[in-house]
Amino acid sequence: MRILKKTYDWLEQRVQLEGPIKEAALHPVPRNTASWWYVFGSAAFTLLMLQVVTGILLAIVYVPSAGQAWSSLNVLNHQLELGWFLRAVHGWGSNFMVAVVLVHMVQVFLFGAYKFPRELTWIVGVFLLLMTLGMAFTGQVLRFDQDAYWGLGIGASISSRIPVVGGSIVHMLLGGPIIAGATLSRFFALHVFVIPGLMLAFVGLHVWMVLKLGINEWPAPGRLVRRSTYLAEYKGLTHRDGVPFVPGALWKDVFFSAAILAAVVLFACVFGPFGPSGQPDPTIVQTVPKPDFYFLWIYAALAYLPPSMETPIILIAPVVGIAILLALPFVAGEGEKSWHRRPIAVLVLSTVALTWGVLTHLASFTPWSPHMDAWSGDPVPAQYLHSVTPLAREGAQVFQAKQCRNCHSLGGHGGDRGPTLDAVASHMTEDQMIRQVLQGGGNMPAYGKNLSPAETTALVTFLETLHPKDQPPAIDASQQQAQSSETPTPLEAKR
Amino acid sequence: MSTEIITPEQSSDIQKATGLSRRWFLLAFGAFFNGVVGSMFLVPIVRYLLSPVKRDSAYKSWVSLGTVDDYPVGETRLAKFVNPFRREWDGETAGVACYVRRTAADKFQVFAVNCAHLGCPVRWFPQSQLFMCPCHGGAYYADGERASGPPERGLFTYDYKVIGGQLHIDAGQMPTLSNTAKSVTIDGCKGNTPTNTAQLVTIDGCKGNTPCAS
Repeated sequence: MRILKKTYDWLEQRVQLEGPIKEAALHPVPRNTASWWYVFGSAAFTLLMLQVVTGILLAIVYVPSAGQAWSSLNVLNHQLELGWFLRAVHGWGSNFMVAVVLVHMVQVFLFGAYKFPRELTWIVGVFLLLMTLGMAFTGQVLRFDQDAYWGLGIGASISSRIPVVGGSIVHMLLGGPIIAGATLSRFFALHVFVIPGLMLAFVGLHVWMVLKLGINEWPAPGRLVRRSTYLAEYKGLTHRDGVPFVPGALWKDVFFSAAILAAVVLFACVFGPFGPSGQPDPTIVQTVPKPDFYFLWIYAALAYLPPSMETPIILIAPVVGIAILLALPFVAGEGEKSWHRRPIAVLVLSTVALTWGVLTHLASFTPWSPHMDAWSGDPVPAQYLHSVTPLAREGAQVFQAKQCRNCHSLGGHGGDRGPTLDAVASHMTEDQMIRQVLQGGGNMPAYGKNLSPAETTALVTFLETLHPKDQPPAIDASQQQAQSSETPTPLEAKR
Repeated sequence: MSTEIITPEQSSDIQKATGLSRRWFLLAFGAFFNGVVGSMFLVPIVRYLLSPVKRDSAYKSWVSLGTVDDYPVGETRLAKFVNPFRREWDGETAGVACYVRRTAADKFQVFAVNCAHLGCPVRWFPQSQLFMCPCHGGAYYADGERASGPPERGLFTYDYKVIGGQLHIDAGQMPTLSNTAKSVTIDGCKGNTPTNTAQLVTIDGCKGNTPCAS
């Protein structure tokens, strides 16, 4: 024990950290902030540390070369002892980190913690969020598979839409004219050196400000933030009803961090590592690229933007979004903190969350994309072929062979790009169907050049059979009227 | 040797007397000196970082897609080539695919596989004569025209020429909305499908874009 004490004293005499650490640890925080709501920031920090450690462990094996990255990932997955586990922890760690950072941000927003004097803490936090997402994207690139390759293609295509300098930015992004070795090398540098370095510096500043300015008190409805009085009020609160940060608040942080780490390990063990999917060979076009979970909402939004508005929206929306986040503490730096009295804030947050959720959900089954293999893989439901004419059966053949099924589902199988056709005959007449097939329209290509008259007849005959038993096929009433007025009725004939 | 210690009070007295302390001046000068040296570093660093930014023509050159006999008239085939601009460690990413459509004995259309929307690889369906994109549902007709979905335009095309029975295309960079893949000039040149060497000269002239601009 004496040796330990002597060593400690020897060290302390030289580094002199005891004073600042004690001051930081024992500074009083409002009692009610020692809450489970305040654990997400520290959990994000713990996850960042986990990512640093697992990242270094992966970097000692990973080869950042376009020619070998994919093979080195497969070696990690299958040949190196527990390489799969480290990849899984790093992958799930990133998912958890994005999630925890977002939850942290939502909590800070709802609790009004970005208001005076913590404006800069929020702004640094916004940059930390952007860096977290930057790490997620560059990390997805380092998993150099088909998804990574085409994800880069999407990134390059978006950048190319920037007026005037778009082409130069694409060259900078890719490190050359195509996605290749130079691209991977620069994303490796970003993922391993540039962004983590910046991130650690920003995290240091973020935590420093939290310690200096104190943890945001639990918001009480009606207790307004004013620049002139807040600091004194906060000081009074921490002295009147405060607890030392350690252990008062920290024990919950410690527990939650451990729980998050345990969850990451559990997910890693149960679900395993992410990919790599197919090799990054751009000549393999039989692929359906998809981004990682956290970017699915962007992927969905890009499918729904009208073509004419797409470029302006893609280029302007992110800038506006980030500007709003950065401007928030200046626009609403004072006033009410409690969510009970900030209906607009709650409404905006719910709308954003709901939009995000819906877009992410849609991207999980991509209703806007043709199902590339539906025409050859999905069977026509047997009941649709029962007791139908040979011509209609021939039409079902045409329906499959011409890839109609890739966009139109039957019996719940097939693409969702176009409407499902199980009851098409009950709301479209024969003439309308022929017109739609030959001329296209809406989102449907015109098949006029690709279908012979015989094929069109067969196809429409088949489609005419698709209606519920109790609903007759749609008819053109005016045509019937016209036909009936041409042929004289028996009464008229008598006259 | 005695050390002379100047107390802060004395220091400020000196400063008052001289207007500006000599040490502050030296510090400012040192900072300025660092600034000069730093900016000397900055120029090479920026130029180094910008080195991939080149004119499109610097990356492009003519690549052979094999003999024209590989591409039957009336069909569209997937062709593969190695990008003319490549590095040793590119591995399989140096490969590029394109679709070659032969409409007549001497008429071709060579499409990039990249969707004009966001660059995903479109797939050719010969039965329905459509290109379909797996990402956001863009579709194109056999001649590359936009059929439906989010793309604003038809498929990107490569300029081509036939020399000694070999089909060559002018390739080298990923086609996007920002580079000459969209250039109308190239489309204009395509009309002059070369059948003999005399016409080839015209096509070579097109590479610089200016002769066809009018």
